[in-house]
Amino acid sequence: MYRYIVNRVLLVIPTLVGAAALVFVLMRLIPGDICVVRLSSGGGNVDPRAVALCHAELGLDRSPILQFLDFVWGFFRLDFGISMWSGKPVAEEIAARLPISLEIAVMATVVAIAISVPLGTISALKQNSWIDHVVRTIAIAGIATPSFWLGIVAILAVLDISHAIFGAPWMPPIDYVPFWQDPLRNLSMVILPALTVGYRYAAVTMRMTRSAMLEVLREDYIRTARAKGLVERIIINRHALKNALLPVVTLIGIEFAFLIGGLVVTEQVFNLNGVGRLFVLAVQNQDYTLTQALVMLTVAVFVLTNLVVDLLYAWLDPRIRYG
Amino acid sequence: MIERLGLGAVGLGAALCIASLCATTVAAPAATDTPKSGGILTYMIPADAPPSFDGHRETTYATVHAVAPFYSVLIRVNPDNPSSTTDFVCDLCTEMPTPTDGGKTYTFKIREGVKFHDGSPLTAADVAASWQEIIHPSEGVSSARESYFIMVDKVEATDATTVVFRLKFATNAFLPALADPFAWIYKKEILVKNPHWFEKNIMGSGPFKFAGYEIGQSIKGERNPDYYHKGKPYLDGFIGIFAAKQAVRVDAIRADRAAMEFRGLPPSARDELVRELGDKITVQTSDWNCGNLVTPNHKRKPFDDVRVRRALALAIDSWNGAPALAKIATVHTVAGIVFPGSPLAANKEELQKLAGFWPDIGKSREEAKRLLKEAGAEGLKFELMNRNVDQPYKYVATWLIDEWSKVGLQVTQRVLPTGPFFDALRHGTFDVTMDFNCQGVVNPLLDIGKFLPHSVYAENYGNYDDDKEIALYQALLRETDAVKQRAMLREFEKYVLDTQAHMLMTPWWNRIIPARSYVKGWKISPSHYINQDLANVWLDK
Repeated sequence: MYRYIVNRVLLVIPTLVGAAALVFVLMRLIPGDICVVRLSSGGGNVDPRAVALCHAELGLDRSPILQFLDFVWGFFRLDFGISMWSGKPVAEEIAARLPISLEIAVMATVVAIAISVPLGTISALKQNSWIDHVVRTIAIAGIATPSFWLGIVAILAVLDISHAIFGAPWMPPIDYVPFWQDPLRNLSMVILPALTVGYRYAAVTMRMTRSAMLEVLREDYIRTARAKGLVERIIINRHALKNALLPVVTLIGIEFAFLIGGLVVTEQVFNLNGVGRLFVLAVQNQDYTLTQALVMLTVAVFVLTNLVVDLLYAWLDPRIRYG
Repeated sequence: MIERLGLGAVGLGAALCIASLCATTVAAPAATDTPKSGGILTYMIPADAPPSFDGHRETTYATVHAVAPFYSVLIRVNPDNPSSTTDFVCDLCTEMPTPTDGGKTYTFKIREGVKFHDGSPLTAADVAASWQEIIHPSEGVSSARESYFIMVDKVEATDATTVVFRLKFATNAFLPALADPFAWIYKKEILVKNPHWFEKNIMGSGPFKFAGYEIGQSIKGERNPDYYHKGKPYLDGFIGIFAAKQAVRVDAIRADRAAMEFRGLPPSARDELVRELGDKITVQTSDWNCGNLVTPNHKRKPFDDVRVRRALALAIDSWNGAPALAKIATVHTVAGIVFPGSPLAANKEELQKLAGFWPDIGKSREEAKRLLKEAGAEGLKFELMNRNVDQPYKYVATWLIDEWSKVGLQVTQRVLPTGPFFDALRHGTFDVTMDFNCQGVVNPLLDIGKFLPHSVYAENYGNYDDDKEIALYQALLRETDAVKQRAMLREFEKYVLDTQAHMLMTPWWNRIIPARSYVKGWKISPSHYINQDLANVWLDK
């Protein structure tokens, strides 16, 4: 087991270097110049000397090879450099955004698990009944509905309903307050995005739970368990569900990692100052250092999540052993 | 909601500004409106975050909307009359100076008793050092507005309360340039030690003291009790919330999470807010010192041919297009190269003599067709490059394509994100592009720099050289007699828009600011950069 973990961790190194090379090259293939975007954003004249000075300040006048070596060396020392746009340390920029993305990812995951596992299981157990049809409709609607659209509708609904009931429109706060400072304000801000993201997340997971359960319920060992007279609840909870959760856990892991940096539009809709919004901003502004760091963060989250999922496999299915 | 036409407030410009050409509507303060002290103003800043806090370096409203309340300036557009293009008043100085030495020396007396937020006194040395960094920045420091001050020879503090600007030549462009809203006064001691300090830190002498900043989330200020304009600011503080998405900002105003935003919303958002909130919302509108231009790439055939460029202009019916566009886009007024409220702007009669402004669109389009035929460019197909910005870029471009189709041109639109858009502009990889010219304080002599060849004005993308145009401009810049200057401007305008048709005008932008009706004291101006220190704002609730 330990050998397996060490091997997996060592494999992370070439993965990270590969990702680093890819993002480094891709960012430089995008036409444009951060200095020009910045200096001409007001529409006025841009002095070519100011652009040259900006290039020198940001180190863009050095050769790409030197820039890449600097980036990789910095990354392995956990020094992500300075944001080319704001001049602030990249770590500081990300640290300011990570808590809200993490909070929403965790809440959406809780929402998704709470909805998808029971409903997916019931749907499988009552296959082709009206309950199954309702659950499948909910799931398909969830997959087909973009989270950001649902978010916009949710906000408008809250505004209109509150206007109709109280005579004045109400909406959740738009400036983030950490949970430990003001729990009520924090929750009122993040609950809508968590629900809208969690619904789509739940829909995907619900479908997976249902199909995995259907497959497991047809296995010989389930038939054997029933034949030897085991109580149905124990068959479902102990024997069927635990095995059916293997692909579900994989899916939850991938979705969770995606949520950390992928809530681009949802964060815009709810004005959440998260990592997704920062990602868009960094690419728009052609902030190489920040984009590179964010990609590396996302890769690291994916790698770590996959590792955790692999380890969970062993717990869920004792037949799986890592040599 | 009480509204009145504010044309009378634009000073000399009003005399030349006819109703159909320009418009400013402002909320009129009732006679009984006496400012009340107290309260926190929450407003939206339509951006993700300012790149830095340094006004000398930045050009974006994200910086000025967030940081201007913390700083003082030497002179400014009159905050009580900001729609005027000629009304400048002192902020840190005691009296607007009369130039001496044939218009080449301006001497400013600086207020005594002004303190920075750290308690240290502000003197003429701080003012001179700040201006020195703007006009002649130190080695390794960039100033976004260095090129605005080519006329300045030197700035010096002759004593603790006197600052003298010595010019190389007299020009009417100097004083408006000096009222730049980004020209914040920094503490000399800090500037000398580290000229980059103000990029990440805030320490000024303005109406509000810095109280906190959450990266990309919000910025907070609290009342400066030592502010030198007695009785101001009225607010206890402010919170600026960053939100790039328009829907968020509109919803926030609707739900009273924020009272307003200062950049400008499109007509649809205004209509939605007015419909939902009725008299709880007040709308101020103004012509905006920003506009979309159309720049043909002179290095690409057939746009090297003046007949083709003139045909592009002649095909456009701005007089009928502008009122229709104004219903859906943030554009409004038909005008030439000068902001329509300025005394130097062309009147309707003068405009109608230029290509693209003829009163008879039928005749104009016939001439366009004739020119295209003569140039062998009938049925020409080309690409109009555009920036991925909805308002008003895409609206105006779509309208232009329709206008051009009426003379047989077949135009497609290529929309690019901001970075690649600028890259294509700079590398000249386009046929014809949507371009823009957005300025702060109305200063026609500098604002029209955009029309000069790239060798003179780096952000001109037409790829042409024109010595005659440069000579006309240099003479214009140095002419100080207002009447002569206006005549010379007409000559320059005709040369640029008609004779050479280097660039084409589209209707000027329209600034629409809906605000909660309890917000008082703030008046709209032709620029989203100016009048942003919030010292005059108060809350009637």
